[in-house]
Amino acid sequence: MTAGLLTAEWTKIRSVRSTMWSLLAFMVVAIGFSALIATVISNTWNNPGNHPNHVTLLTDPTAVLFGAGFGLGQLAICVLGVIVISSEYSTGAIRASLLAVPRRIPVLAAKAAVFALLDLVVSAITVFAVFFITTAILRSHVSITLSQPGITRACIGGILYLTVLGLFALAVGGLIRHTAGAIATVIALVLVVPPLISLIPGTIANHVHGYLPTVAGTLVAQSSQQPADVLSPWQGFGVLCLWTAVLLAACGLLLVRRDA
Amino acid sequence: MAEAPGLIEARELTKRFGDKVAVHDLSFSVEPGRVTGFLGPNGAGKSTTMRLITGLDRPDGGTATIGGLAYGDLIKPLTRVGALLEARSLHPGRSARNHLLFLAQTQDIPATRVDEVLDLVGLREVARKRAGGFSLGMTQRLGIAAAMLGNPPVLLLDEPVNGLDPEGIRWVRNFTRQLAAEGRTVFVSSHLMSEMAVTADHLVVIGRGSLIADCSTEEFIERSSERSVLVRTPDTARLRELIIGAGGSVQDHDGNGDMNGSDPNNSDPNNSDPNNKGMIVTGLPAPRIGELAASASLVLHELTPRLPSLEEAFMEMTADSVEYGQSSVS
Repeated sequence: MTAGLLTAEWTKIRSVRSTMWSLLAFMVVAIGFSALIATVISNTWNNPGNHPNHVTLLTDPTAVLFGAGFGLGQLAICVLGVIVISSEYSTGAIRASLLAVPRRIPVLAAKAAVFALLDLVVSAITVFAVFFITTAILRSHVSITLSQPGITRACIGGILYLTVLGLFALAVGGLIRHTAGAIATVIALVLVVPPLISLIPGTIANHVHGYLPTVAGTLVAQSSQQPADVLSPWQGFGVLCLWTAVLLAACGLLLVRRDA
Repeated sequence: MAEAPGLIEARELTKRFGDKVAVHDLSFSVEPGRVTGFLGPNGAGKSTTMRLITGLDRPDGGTATIGGLAYGDLIKPLTRVGALLEARSLHPGRSARNHLLFLAQTQDIPATRVDEVLDLVGLREVARKRAGGFSLGMTQRLGIAAAMLGNPPVLLLDEPVNGLDPEGIRWVRNFTRQLAAEGRTVFVSSHLMSEMAVTADHLVVIGRGSLIADCSTEEFIERSSERSVLVRTPDTARLRELIIGAGGSVQDHDGNGDMNGSDPNNSDPNNSDPNNKGMIVTGLPAPRIGELAASASLVLHELTPRLPSLEEAFMEMTADSVEYGQSSVS
């Protein structure tokens, strides 16, 4: 993987509109929803029904601050991760790419590196924007700062989670190669499978649920450990990284094996 | 001994898709300094062969090399080989310039070269427009620009005139001939026989994935067995009887001028009667027809031995290997 290859992948990703639209959707949804929820909590602070939110804000503030906004916004990152690679197949651009770099693995490596870096930067901006906007909205009721235990780790964890999640989606996109199928698969893994498995009673199902990529991965974005968590924050992040590494390796293997 | 950098060699190439054999034990070589046409009916395996040479598909057997190296072993391959494969090998949302720019960056080719090839194919004006809005002809030109990006000594062009208007076709024809004249290896597939007749010096002909011919264009036409003679006479009926009596066979000439392809618009100034389009005689040589006419004191206006056109030669030699038959066409 050379500097030229990284530059080339950067040219590719910046020169299609879907990149900008996906990242904009992610930022707008994440920041917008988080600010909206913080505003609603602030405005209804004295309603008796709000008590559970108060408790959560005190015990695990980032679960409230990053909750719905990132839960929805992360789907835009997943979509971008998939189409960064699947669009090469659907448009035929993969042929041009592989004629230029016939060894193939460097293409995947450069693509993953450039997308991960872009994802990291945009996620960092968004996570800290959400943190400072929502804490500002709630300031008159509760004080949450980066120096409190677990908060800085949760913010950095959120950024890392969104970065690795993007790579996870990219690997699925490269394995399935069809945009619609790959997006459906990733969204099923992120949104549909975890609640279904959590419905199954018993400790085995509980552990399976705990090791699912996004269930494990989001632990690192929580400011404090919850009783139901199977893994510690960094263990959970490690599990997500492992899922992603295995899928990326499979993606690389098939990229070399399959006809383009 | 090192091989010439421009030599393309396919050795016993075989490719299967499922239980369908797309390319079977195919061996040929493509030499620098001339245009080599790659001919075959639809489904014969031309595009698959191109994809095997460029490493997009992995062969089930055999090897393809360029200057002695497999495509995957070439350093900065775009500076060694320029390939135009399927025209739509680009993201429709990306501008022509950015498409070429990212390709250039992978090979450390300076961005100024991108503008050069855009000028070369006449796309400078639309360089910043999204390629998805391009006509097929413009897309082909962009593909040719991409192939020329690294100024390579070897060009592989799969159906380059597809979708081009007559002016574009002439441009590609002159362009490929010029590239060959510069000493480059030019390997062009086409299903347009007339185009190959005026463009290619050498032909590689395949049918059903197997080699049918690998020879010069003239030799290919010569090799076709079917020779005929164009005969014009004021007394068609009597000469026809004589010819059939002597064992020849006669067909009415369809009047499409010279079928050797040199100039289809050439109307025959010697033909006094425009309604007498003459007849095509097969099975008798021209001198024997002349003798027959003389013995019966018949006047001949024309007696022309003819070679089959490239198209006729091609149809004859690939007749057994047409993948998609035309039995339903009356």
